[in-house]
Amino acid sequence: MAEKVKLATVWLDGCSGCHMSFLDIDELLLELAPRIELVYSPLVDNKVFPETVDVTLVEGAVSSEEDLEKIRHIRAHTRLLVSLGDCAVTGNVSSMRNSFGAKAVMEHAYIETANIHNEMPTQVIPPLLKRVRPVHEVIAVDVYVPGCPPSAKTIGYVVTELLDGRLPDLTTLSRFGA
Amino acid sequence: MKTTTQTMNRVKTLKIDDRDVSGSEHQTILDVARENDIFIPTLCHIDGLSDIGACRLCVVEIKGSGKLVPACATEIQEGMEVFTQTEALAKYRKLILEMLFTEGNHICSVCVSNGHCELQYLAARLGVDHVHLPYLHQQRTVDASHERFIVDHNRCILCTRCVRVCDEIEGAHTWDVTGRGTKARVITDLNQPWGTSETCTGCSKCVHICPTGALVEKGKSVAEMSKRREFLPYLTSMREKNNG
Amino acid sequence: MISEELQRIGSTTQDEEDRFEHQILVCKGTACISAHSEQVEDALKAELEHQGLHTQCRVKGVGCPGLCAAATLITVQPEGRLYKEVQPEDAAEIVASIKSKAVQRLSIPTNVPFFQRQRKLVLENSGVVDPEEINDYVARGGYNSLISALTEMSPAEVITEITKSGLRGRGGAGYLTGLKWSTVSKAGGAHKYVICNADEGDPGAFMDRSVMESDPHRIIEGMTIAAFAVGADQGYIYVRAEYPLAVKRLQAAIRQAGKLGVLGNSIAGTTFSFNIEVRLGAGAFVCGEETALMASIEGKRGTPRPRPPYPAEHGLWGYPTLLNNVETFANIPVIIREGSEAFAQIGTEKSKGTKVFALTGCVNNSGLIEVPMGITLREIIYDIGGGIPNDRPFKALQTGGPSGGCIPKEYLDTPIDYESLMQLGSIMGSGGMIVMDDTSCMVDVAKYFMKFSMLESCGKCIPCRVGTTQMHNLLDKISQGRATLDDLALLEELCEMVKRTSLCGLGQSAPNPVLSTLRFFRDEYLMHVVEKVCPAGVCKIHHEEVTHS
Repeated sequence: MAEKVKLATVWLDGCSGCHMSFLDIDELLLELAPRIELVYSPLVDNKVFPETVDVTLVEGAVSSEEDLEKIRHIRAHTRLLVSLGDCAVTGNVSSMRNSFGAKAVMEHAYIETANIHNEMPTQVIPPLLKRVRPVHEVIAVDVYVPGCPPSAKTIGYVVTELLDGRLPDLTTLSRFGA
Repeated sequence: MKTTTQTMNRVKTLKIDDRDVSGSEHQTILDVARENDIFIPTLCHIDGLSDIGACRLCVVEIKGSGKLVPACATEIQEGMEVFTQTEALAKYRKLILEMLFTEGNHICSVCVSNGHCELQYLAARLGVDHVHLPYLHQQRTVDASHERFIVDHNRCILCTRCVRVCDEIEGAHTWDVTGRGTKARVITDLNQPWGTSETCTGCSKCVHICPTGALVEKGKSVAEMSKRREFLPYLTSMREKNNG
Repeated sequence: MISEELQRIGSTTQDEEDRFEHQILVCKGTACISAHSEQVEDALKAELEHQGLHTQCRVKGVGCPGLCAAATLITVQPEGRLYKEVQPEDAAEIVASIKSKAVQRLSIPTNVPFFQRQRKLVLENSGVVDPEEINDYVARGGYNSLISALTEMSPAEVITEITKSGLRGRGGAGYLTGLKWSTVSKAGGAHKYVICNADEGDPGAFMDRSVMESDPHRIIEGMTIAAFAVGADQGYIYVRAEYPLAVKRLQAAIRQAGKLGVLGNSIAGTTFSFNIEVRLGAGAFVCGEETALMASIEGKRGTPRPRPPYPAEHGLWGYPTLLNNVETFANIPVIIREGSEAFAQIGTEKSKGTKVFALTGCVNNSGLIEVPMGITLREIIYDIGGGIPNDRPFKALQTGGPSGGCIPKEYLDTPIDYESLMQLGSIMGSGGMIVMDDTSCMVDVAKYFMKFSMLESCGKCIPCRVGTTQMHNLLDKISQGRATLDDLALLEELCEMVKRTSLCGLGQSAPNPVLSTLRFFRDEYLMHVVEKVCPAGVCKIHHEEVTHS
């Protein structure tokens, strides 16, 4: 049996819906399981991104300095990187704050509309970038899978194609907002 | 010299994408292409309204001419050789769609027109799987002052179908355009809130003719706003009959 | 008979002038008026009275002699003394010197290339006639061309004459004027219109404004001849409202011409009738595009529409319409008067006659010049323009405004005509000419013009509306030293796309300043992108992290 493909998934600024949709491929998971090794993911317990990963699926937009640092590191250690879902591909809902600016949004959330402790957070929440950006604006992306979320069928197709060594053609399978 | 048969229409033969096709004079390249199931993408065009050649999605190449012409606003010529699907055109069309996505704030996933939007459909059909131009993140407004409708400028692509349907079909001319460049936007009356418009008849033609989620009915949630356009071909053909 | 009437007016006006031994001509163009030339005029009149010379010398307000940077300009005739930067306080000294030597400290030598290398046809009356006085124009042979066209020629003969002259549109594109006239004359319609495009909008260009302010009757005469040739009965002059003086003088000229019978019903006793109205533009650059201009005259939003149909066939309110620019019409009386052959002797094989340029930027003599086609760029900059201040090195010449390009020093010996400029990636344009020395940054120049196009894009078609904004943002990024080579590639991709897919000339030519600077000054772009340095020291380079903005 051929060596297993090392697969990682990451979750930046998104709702985790793309990961849910991934899990929705149901029994296809059983087919994929013998062919992949899930080396890093919110779905597994590995805390460190491995030295080399064959395929990384990225959910979410780049919103914070932490996201930026993370995705740069991941890119450097990934052979083929997939922007999965609208947040990664377009910024989507995460980027809706861009028209107003990070500061205004933070103040609205933590001061104007807060009932108690009306102050800006200083811990836990990583500093936000001025603008939320789609993944390809900060690092090179190899495959784009739009959709909010992309359907389980689409994700299943993408992963299968990649495992078979082909680049997926998504023209009829997914779209922005799908 | 005019012949006695006034309505005599000459037939013209031409080639579209190396296929021999024919049409009657005054038909546009787009008309003839569609009759022959040749797909040319459009956004500002809609059957029944005047053509303005503004969105540029339907530009095609004509053999022997270096210039691209809008298929919707260019009449066929005898012996013309039209190319609708060249590599360059595919690239330009994708860029046009990308430009629209960067200009507005088209968040398909939370749009009432999700799944019923011509912009979204064309992006998928023409293979725009991401936007490689920087997003402009313009701050745009929403006018919900009308009792039944909303105009969301974030989703407006300035195709001006609303302006034309209101002027040419409804005869109210409530809609027009103000401003320049990416600051241009559609307005009601003299840039007053829609709800206060004295000319708007509330006919909803603009809402249903709008290709995106810019003009919508109130009370719709994500993906619920499908548009009903049957009125336009119906009205157009009835009026032609009455006038003819 | 009108021709005798004109002759009578001419000789009376001449006699009136001959009563004076001297004349002081005060420029009353916009530049000089803003430098208080009206006060200078009053001071001179008062001083003549005071020194008792008012019976021997008179003061006359005239149009622009061209050296706008030296306003207020006055000329003393018949000696031909030209004075610069005249203030009302100088009046006494000038008047006192009339019968003796010129006032040295105010004198500008006129035996210099700036004057001698020019060839004035369109500007022949500028700085000579009183633009507010039709008699003065008539005394210089004005309206004779119209009368001879109306009484001695057929419309077809007029068109043949214009065709043979080789005149090409002075608005920028250089379409053959005779051919355009002939097309409109053949178009059928109950009405036809003649429109003069006076919506001059290029930054730094003021050729048309000057002609309208200095010699408005020339435009009326040219338009009326055109109307006769193509069979039009109504004319419009579309002027931007930012030119109030031009508007005022045109309106006065139209009234005077109507009164004299060279405009209006049954002109010169013939069956030909033609009226002209002035229409004001609100200052949108795109309204210089012919279809947008017509929409604006019709009272609609000034946006262009696809052509064909061309205005010649389907123009104003659907009728056949002839549209020419101010300078084109201003050439017509000369061609009819001197004959097409004489006109065609001037210029190059394909570009005949002269061209008026607004010469500005880093050049010693800036102002309005008229030169024969075929003159080299070097002659214009170094002979007429007197070279670059402080002898700094020449870097580039910008022609054609936001639709044109930058020409580097290797091509200084290019003879000016429509084709040669186009080959260099620029255009003749309407006549803006900006000289730049080594203190100009080409990225910054491209950004400036792109910003102009972005702000002036009407928003109708997507490539121009969004493309100019995207290109401007990329140029801004490059100028700040924040761009990558990918950004540069994206800029070039957008240039090509916007050029090819935009609806009208504004969008189609908006990438030209970028394309031409990329062609001749690519290194300068690369310095900004790769080295993060602006060689000319113009751009403010930011050295911050790219992704954080």
